[in-house]
Amino acid sequence: MRDAAIAESPWVRWLLIAIAVGFLALFLLLPLLAVFAQALSRGLGPYLSTFADADTQSAIRLTLLVAAIAVPLNLVFGIAAAWAIAKFSFPGKSLLVSLIDLPFSVSPVVSGLVYVLLFGAKGVLGPLMSDWDFKIIFAVPGIVLATVFVTFPFIARELIPLMQEQGSAEEEAALTLGASGLRTFLTVTLPNVRWALLYGVLLCNARAMGEFGAVSVVSGHIRGVTNTMPLHVEILYNEYDFVAAFAVASLLAGLALVTLVGKSVLEWRHGDELAAVRRH
Amino acid sequence: MSVAALVAPRAVFVKPSPLPGFGLTFGFALTYLSLIVLIPLAVLVWRASGLGLDGIWRVATEPRVLAALRTSFVTAALAALANAVFGVVVAWVLSRYSFPGRRLLDAVVDLPFALPTAVAGIALAALYAPNGWIGSLLAPFDIRIAYTPAGIFVALVFIGLPFVVRTVQPVLEDLDREVEEASATLGASRGQTVRRVVLPLLAPAILTGVALAFARAVGEYGSVIFIAGNMPFRSEIAPLLIVMRLEEFDYTGASAIATIMLAISFASLLAINALQAVSRRRLGHA
Repeated sequence: MRDAAIAESPWVRWLLIAIAVGFLALFLLLPLLAVFAQALSRGLGPYLSTFADADTQSAIRLTLLVAAIAVPLNLVFGIAAAWAIAKFSFPGKSLLVSLIDLPFSVSPVVSGLVYVLLFGAKGVLGPLMSDWDFKIIFAVPGIVLATVFVTFPFIARELIPLMQEQGSAEEEAALTLGASGLRTFLTVTLPNVRWALLYGVLLCNARAMGEFGAVSVVSGHIRGVTNTMPLHVEILYNEYDFVAAFAVASLLAGLALVTLVGKSVLEWRHGDELAAVRRH
Repeated sequence: MSVAALVAPRAVFVKPSPLPGFGLTFGFALTYLSLIVLIPLAVLVWRASGLGLDGIWRVATEPRVLAALRTSFVTAALAALANAVFGVVVAWVLSRYSFPGRRLLDAVVDLPFALPTAVAGIALAALYAPNGWIGSLLAPFDIRIAYTPAGIFVALVFIGLPFVVRTVQPVLEDLDREVEEASATLGASRGQTVRRVVLPLLAPAILTGVALAFARAVGEYGSVIFIAGNMPFRSEIAPLLIVMRLEEFDYTGASAIATIMLAISFASLLAINALQAVSRRRLGHA
């Protein structure tokens, strides 16, 4: 009975499992369940009619638009940063890596605030913006900027450690065999990091579509114009239109569930190709 | 004489490599980082520095600001402590035991990372309101959670849990079980082994996870404002005060509070890095 010496007695084990399951059920699963229960509390009719509303539809469209701009931007940045950091050595590299993680340690509200200070009516570039008649704050460009800021590190931080671990021997071989730099990247590097890339995009997208604090500061909450889905949830909730608020929220919760499933599938099937980045 | 020797030696920024594209990718990454992150943050600090240190101090010690900062930091610290206990139990159960539904539970831990904060906020408010599923159970005992600081605590526990679990779990999985066997062979009871051998090895990871959860909780906004009630001096958090200053177009006041919060975040970030260095040294690997 070698194992018995380093295992807890059965009742301790079941007690710990019960605490863990109970805690996760109470703090994580119950809120998730509450979203769907509240959304459907008056039946399917009122639930569905929320999505017929023009403001709800425009919030959904805006959220999709913002994610469709922010995610590709951060994808290109993530790939460029990972290439420079993982394949070359230069002074200040670790500083650069910490700076990339910076947005994670900034409050979402502050992430929005910095752009108001830059482009707002009383901001540094405010007069310039009004001369050019170009609105960033209380308009879609500001929402995109704030979203790019909060989702900035997601893809880079998945790629950097993995590409560092993989080294550059395969790329050097491809170049020796006469491949161009771009071809080497597309046929050697990209296939090696594709799952980590997808993993990063998944997390980046979830945050981009769900961001609230940063977007709330720069949006101005103009219904049908600068309202994203999370902001629309807030407006409906504050108007005591709970069914509609939870109906829109249920769509976002569905997105979270899809993200979790996709993330888990990637971890189970391609865990080794995500390497060191599997756990945050 | 070789060609290399004929070329005057010059200082190079990047070590020579056969791979192309350094200039392009490094230049792009640095420009993008500067435009999106560094310059905007610098503007914030510059704006607040216009107040001078004593000006920032004056804003920080306004009674309402002080109360909000205290609420933010105290509830974040309490939530991080709660997560230290339950996060370690969850990580332990997920990495050590097999039971039906374990994989599902493992996936569920990341829910707070994936669920938009506003959704979490209204869901928690609905649950803990006096007429909600949990609130109505507590109401007969005169316990109120929603619209009190306890509500902020609940939201911050929700937000912070995955940070502790996901930092402790991999360390626990990599832990060499032979150490525990040695301890058992030498006559330690299971409880002694866990307390005196396993927990000290986990300590750096637990501290790191707690620091991460704390840092996130201090700045949290979306999940808190719906359940907090937002009463000045009682359940008002610092990020909300920034939003209110902005709505009054008091950019300087907002920047001052934001700078104070940034300074504290960076301090905790430095603490996290120091902790990770300690843990690497102790465990002998990255």
